[in-house]
Amino acid sequence: MRRMGKAILMKTVNAIITIFAVITFNFFLFRVMPGDPARVLLPKQVRASPELIEKLRRFYGLDKPLHVQFMNYVVQVFQGKLGYSFAYHEPVARVIMDYIWNTILLVGVGEGIAIILGIILGAVAAWRRGEPFDLTVTALNLIFWSMPEFWLGMVFILVFGRYLKILPISGIVDPWLFHENVFSYVADVLRHLILPSTTLALIMLASYYMIMRNTLIDVTTEDYIRTAKAKGFSEKEILWKHAVPNALLPTVTTVAIGLASVISGALTIEIVFSWPGMGWLTYQAIVRRDYPLLQAIFLITSALVIIANLFADIIYTYLDPRVKI
Amino acid sequence: MGMRWHLYKKRLKSTWNVYKRNKKGMVGLTITLIFIFIAIFGPYITPYDPKKIDKTAMWEPPSFKHWLGTDNLGRDILSQLLYGTRISLLVGLFATLISMALGTLIGLLAGYYAESLLGELLERVIDFFLVIPYLPLMIVFATVMREMEIKLPLFWIVIIAIGITGWSGTARVVRSQTLSVKERQFIERARSIGAGDFDIVFRHILPNILPLVFAEAVLTIGGSIIAEAALSFIGLGDPTHISWGMMLNYAFTYAAPLRGAYWFFIPPGLAILILVLGMTLTGYALDEVLNPRLRER
Amino acid sequence: MLEVKGVKTYYLTDEGQVKAVDGVSFAMERGETLGLAGESGCGKTTLALTITRLLPRNARVISGEIYFDGVEILSLDEEEFRKIRWKDISIIFQEAMNALNPVRRVGDQIVEAILLHENVAREEAVDRVMNALEMVGIDRERFWHYPHEFSGGMRQSALIAMALVCNPKLVIADEPVTALDVMVRAQVLKLIKELQSKMDLSMILITHDLSVIAETCDRVAIMYAGKIVEIGDVISIFKDPKHPYTKGLVKAFPSIYGPRELPASISGTPPDLLNPPSGCRFHPRCPHVMDICKVEEPEMKRINGKQYVACHLY
Repeated sequence: MRRMGKAILMKTVNAIITIFAVITFNFFLFRVMPGDPARVLLPKQVRASPELIEKLRRFYGLDKPLHVQFMNYVVQVFQGKLGYSFAYHEPVARVIMDYIWNTILLVGVGEGIAIILGIILGAVAAWRRGEPFDLTVTALNLIFWSMPEFWLGMVFILVFGRYLKILPISGIVDPWLFHENVFSYVADVLRHLILPSTTLALIMLASYYMIMRNTLIDVTTEDYIRTAKAKGFSEKEILWKHAVPNALLPTVTTVAIGLASVISGALTIEIVFSWPGMGWLTYQAIVRRDYPLLQAIFLITSALVIIANLFADIIYTYLDPRVKI
Repeated sequence: MGMRWHLYKKRLKSTWNVYKRNKKGMVGLTITLIFIFIAIFGPYITPYDPKKIDKTAMWEPPSFKHWLGTDNLGRDILSQLLYGTRISLLVGLFATLISMALGTLIGLLAGYYAESLLGELLERVIDFFLVIPYLPLMIVFATVMREMEIKLPLFWIVIIAIGITGWSGTARVVRSQTLSVKERQFIERARSIGAGDFDIVFRHILPNILPLVFAEAVLTIGGSIIAEAALSFIGLGDPTHISWGMMLNYAFTYAAPLRGAYWFFIPPGLAILILVLGMTLTGYALDEVLNPRLRER
Repeated sequence: MLEVKGVKTYYLTDEGQVKAVDGVSFAMERGETLGLAGESGCGKTTLALTITRLLPRNARVISGEIYFDGVEILSLDEEEFRKIRWKDISIIFQEAMNALNPVRRVGDQIVEAILLHENVAREEAVDRVMNALEMVGIDRERFWHYPHEFSGGMRQSALIAMALVCNPKLVIADEPVTALDVMVRAQVLKLIKELQSKMDLSMILITHDLSVIAETCDRVAIMYAGKIVEIGDVISIFKDPKHPYTKGLVKAFPSIYGPRELPASISGTPPDLLNPPSGCRFHPRCPHVMDICKVEEPEMKRINGKQYVACHLY
């Protein structure tokens, strides 16, 4: 067990290094823009006098040598000072904090549904390989995988916003509703969560379904499955107790890889459903050319994915006894 | 030289024979070819100029005059769709070329020099790009390039942004393939007769993994097309050209779904869906044909 | 105890039907060890899988019956047959590399076999398994280890322990020692012989190695191209093989103590089971081939005592 702890420590250190790499990448990327960074960091609408620009340069420390700037940047990041947003007239960090939890909620629920459904459907489809169930579900999954997620969102808006007005299609709560207690608030949020998270789940579902199904088909050709059958286990028992646990391993790896995609998917879905999260914030930042905000969003979303990856990695280590610690 | 070409043709023919029997592969290929056909000839058969604004015919649902209706400015949707095929395909193709070139090169080097510092470093770089969410990265690249006021048309900025975001998947696959091919005997033989690193990598390893790279490329084009749609949807695309993504952008901006104007946004999304589906099927079929172990599925 | 009548098992492939088992019949008594010998690909494993109903998807039992303790087992419901699985008939697979589930502990896998068929407390089952492991020469503590921590020989021994832990009436061992190196092989064979005497086992031992059969079996059936060509008690078969193929096989395993002879090989190539030779399957390679051999399949005839042969020479 102690060796396990050491492995986890190594992985955590690795994650931190990667986050640091993102910070560095972030820093240099935005410095790459030609012209005066000070002009870039200024809102476009402001007509700046040379004195103002000078002041800004000193304020942002742009007159110092590059490596000093870099170190200052890093220190600031770890202090939580991610710059100042022009659009919101607030420190970027505070703006992000307002929106980040909504994204985490959306991604959490969406991924959760996608993973559970993907695994179950994939397992059943693999077991009934070639039967109508397998063929239809696989076809459906391929179709969902091939579509842009924001388009699916628009389709849902058409269906539920225009025709069947039974589910809310925008925002996170009904702005006109007065909530007497926590429960009605939570219920409202959940109601608003249904469409965006379903959209996200349907798109992400496909890759987990495919990996589970394909891995399981491979697993069923393995000798130990035959041993299990020889011992007298029923089909169901063999599927869920012997085959699926083995097929979970590559599935966890795929989930880890998919974490980068799910954030990207959530971004556009948020825009479509006006879900007040990081994606919606990104859209605002782009439209208003609020680069400090954009830069910070990139940093934070990357960091989120790296941390989530770390957890997936640790889970994998627990699941696979063959991993040499 | 003639001998090798002859053998190559034979191998191509036998691969095609196996491919022909793959049902989903044939469906995928048919779809892809249809779209390529539309991309090439579409603009010549459009009933209207897609950019022509007609204020008398705004928001019209499908009719005999406009088979797929009109958009918010009275432009014919069908014409836009046909024109957009060319743009979307071109962007997808060029972006994929960049991804493939980058990914294959880095993957080869990372695999071949895997034991040395260079290999380790490249592996880290690949992992780095794999773990960063692609859309924020693409957005950042696109934004930076736009601001840089490079003398590059937006069209190419989009292509480059997609290309330099999507290479890591290919790189990972190429790297692992290179690692396994590297161990094969014919490499040792080549080395023993004095072949240099460059020779081994490009004249021996690369041809062996080329079929796989090709299969990867087909799958990547699908991803690139969706990426272009996403980029355009967010507003970082090229408004001077009509692409499916731009159509979706306009549809959303002018609240087409809420207005019930299904003809505005369903066609472009459906087009993306069908084309990407076709390419995915083709890619999977290629994978199966080239890697017999997968055929059982 | 076991009666196999006219079993035919074919594999359906793109190129046609592979006639792996093409009309096999024999019988076995309680407490005897029957060897099943023949080249690779002659259908031995397929026969084993047919008896235990573990055939892969593309295989079909075309015809035949198998009676176990009077019950015809091929026509039973899977539900019904599961009651017989492992408790009455168990099987030791070839190549133990992958026969054990890699993500579960070895001991647990054996325990679950007991718990599945018998109503005992888990502690008792664990104890029995530990004893079984000891009996096959594996340290009790290894109960808690995973398969990848076992060596090849240990894995095979663990499979043997697992097959015996429910005290089955019949054990089928498919090439139990082939994949092991010489030292380990000797140990496992010794183990098998000990268990035979201690546990009054009935066993079908499948192998292409006649020396293994000589050491462990009471009777032996020789298979070729999906059919049994000769069957009888071990001593008679070795001392006085009747079928030309058997003669060839026996000669191919020279005795260390016998006179120095060049081992003879059987000419020709193994038969194609998609399109087996007409008449007697062995005729293309038989040194005593006659015209009738190419046309008519020989029937199984009794030669003497318990020896039967299927050959036109007799």
